[in-house]
Amino acid sequence: MNPKIINATERHSEADKEKSLIRNRKSEIVVALAGNPNAGKTTLFNALTGLRQKVANYPGVTVERKEGVWKLNDGAAARLIDLPGLYSLDATSFDEQIARDVLTGKLAGVPQPDAIIAVVDATNLERNLYLVTQLLEYKIPVVVALTMVDAAEKQSLEINTKKLSELLGVPVVEVTAAQKKGIDELAEAVQAAEEFQVSNFRSQADPTNSEAEDLKTDASEIFARYNFISDVYQESVKHIQTEERGFSEKIDRVLTHKFFGLVILAAILLLVFQTIFSWANLPMDLLESGFGALGDFARVSLPEGLLSDLIVDGVIAGVGGVLVFLPQILLLFLFISILEDTGYMARAAFLLDKLMSKFGLHGKAFLPLMSSFACAIPGIMATRTIENPKDRLATIMIAPFMSCSARLPVYALMIATFFAGQTVFGFVSLGAVLILAMYALGIVTAIIVAWILKRTLLKSATPPFVMELPPYRLPNVRNVLQSMFNNGWEFLKRAGTVILAISIILWALTAFPRSADGDASQAISQNQIAPGAQEPLNQITTGDESCGCSLPDEAHIAEAEQKAAEAKQGAALRNSYAGRLGHFIEPVIAPLGFDWKIGVALIASFAAREVLVSTLSIIYNAGKDGNEESENLIQAVSDAKRDDGTPAWTPLTAVTLMVFFVLAIQCMSTVAVVRRETNSWRWTIFMVVYMTALAYAAAFLTFQGGKLLGFG
Amino acid sequence: MNLTNMPNGESAKVTAVNGNNQITRRLMEMGVVPGVSVRMIKSAPFGDPLEIRVRGYHLAMRKSEADQIEVSGPESKVPGFKP
Repeated sequence: MNPKIINATERHSEADKEKSLIRNRKSEIVVALAGNPNAGKTTLFNALTGLRQKVANYPGVTVERKEGVWKLNDGAAARLIDLPGLYSLDATSFDEQIARDVLTGKLAGVPQPDAIIAVVDATNLERNLYLVTQLLEYKIPVVVALTMVDAAEKQSLEINTKKLSELLGVPVVEVTAAQKKGIDELAEAVQAAEEFQVSNFRSQADPTNSEAEDLKTDASEIFARYNFISDVYQESVKHIQTEERGFSEKIDRVLTHKFFGLVILAAILLLVFQTIFSWANLPMDLLESGFGALGDFARVSLPEGLLSDLIVDGVIAGVGGVLVFLPQILLLFLFISILEDTGYMARAAFLLDKLMSKFGLHGKAFLPLMSSFACAIPGIMATRTIENPKDRLATIMIAPFMSCSARLPVYALMIATFFAGQTVFGFVSLGAVLILAMYALGIVTAIIVAWILKRTLLKSATPPFVMELPPYRLPNVRNVLQSMFNNGWEFLKRAGTVILAISIILWALTAFPRSADGDASQAISQNQIAPGAQEPLNQITTGDESCGCSLPDEAHIAEAEQKAAEAKQGAALRNSYAGRLGHFIEPVIAPLGFDWKIGVALIASFAAREVLVSTLSIIYNAGKDGNEESENLIQAVSDAKRDDGTPAWTPLTAVTLMVFFVLAIQCMSTVAVVRRETNSWRWTIFMVVYMTALAYAAAFLTFQGGKLLGFG
Repeated sequence: MNLTNMPNGESAKVTAVNGNNQITRRLMEMGVVPGVSVRMIKSAPFGDPLEIRVRGYHLAMRKSEADQIEVSGPESKVPGFKP
């Protein structure tokens, strides 16, 4: 007998005892839901559990673990474990390994199931039954849920469920999950399942095969299974028309057409990115201003002091910084689940695989990479659609090179300050050329890195691109909404905690040590930045020339007070740990042409790239709410002096900073999401280190090379 | 003849799935076993991958994978799903 089966039986008897105990206590049974991808498993899972479901990851891997509570007929509840979509149980992929471990009860925290519901697509019976022949070997009662029966009827397939049940030796229940048809019958069948004899497929199909045998099946076993299936199929299915060119094939004449297929794909992608780039802006702005208002409210309501600063600048700003990504994530997953549910996603991969495989990537890597132009976070989460772990990892490693929308404020400030109004060839704006160059730099780097990774660290035999092109179906609204909700919640829960922690650390770095009300800042301002800090007061006392009035009025006093407060804030930042860190890293960043103030901005912008702009604004006393279009800030940056009085910025420094921002990771949210999605600190740290090293090297070459060529 | 060379729209019977690796096994698990009939649908815009119909569903694979599948000469019409 197969060792696997002995194991399963032993475990089963242990589980039996445990089970009867559990039953006596709360009559809860554990049911596993297994089936091919696209067989209607998710729809059935959602129909059975409703909102009583939770999504997590299996420990140590990125395979999604979905569980829910299924209310059975007599008020009893079953714990429903949704296994990943499977074609086979031969453990050649993570998904298959996990499914096997669940079925054999080897997975910590997941009890061995008391019954298996095998979801079988009636329109694709033969291939779906392959998995069933394997499920039958686990000595766990199996109930077949036959889905898509109406679609099968349309294709002139008449399935004799009674006969099918007889031949397989297990109950077969027709279900239409969307209309909740057959659900009660399914519950009855599962509850009665233990009374059924566990059938033994092996003895029926090929007795010689029950000899000792490795876990990995060989060709003859697969062949034997399909022989058995062919017999079952011929006896239980009446096929009126033999071959028919279905509805999907007709659609595919256009959608995977050599020319129109690509045009339509481009249009769909354009719509998706248009949505996450611009339509997500409204809810994002609302969230931002909402959190701004909340911060202001907290600032006013709480007594002034450390606690108020922690809550406003650390917690509220940190949580707000996380939540602001939520609209983009929800919208992207809305599109992804629609594209997956309709069957189009597989076509997109089919159309683009040749192009992507040149860089060693899978066809499915295209959408995550394109999404990363809006934001790497939803992009990295979207790599979940890539099954092969190495392909997926390679895609995650290069996704942050796509210039995301958070880099735009940085590019915009640099261009507005140093290249505004300049043109090349007389009519093309230099700023546009520079932005285009930055996007191109990111893309080219990504391609090279992917190429290298796939030949070194992520080297593997080319994973098979054997992919089903499922029939086109209307998306199921419930599945789409559920997927949106689950992905959004996952992001908030897992990434949110890390991002919140880092926000608080960054806040602490910029807020401590706290000066004894002005003393320290004054000392600093006298030592280092006297001109900047005292300028506003000088202006007031000498009168503002452009205004033409000689005496300070109330408005001027208020303005002066505000400027003085800003100056104090700038001084406090300089004296903070972040400021000290800026000084500390100055020798390292000096070869890039950056002084310590830019260093502080680089450190702070690890919270999020666009924070560079507001940090520079604080450092140069240009007002806390400085943005990339603010005249004050542009003036302040171009006027900024080093401690020795030379200009801090040149056009070359600006280009160097832009190059650095294209390639550096500089985004704690991305780091948190990479950690969560790869489930590995090693890969996360690898990414931070290699991207930072690459960014440093490229910035070094830009600055030093530019100096040699006589720029700057 | 191997599957890669089969013209669009033609049907044929699989005679062998060569090689003994992950790809061969995956192909066979998906139902591409000797004896089954397959129909070539088309190739993707850049010439690769290919789309075939087997056991009533559509399957995409790269040419390098289709190279491992041997088929008997094209048949005009294949009845049913007899292995």
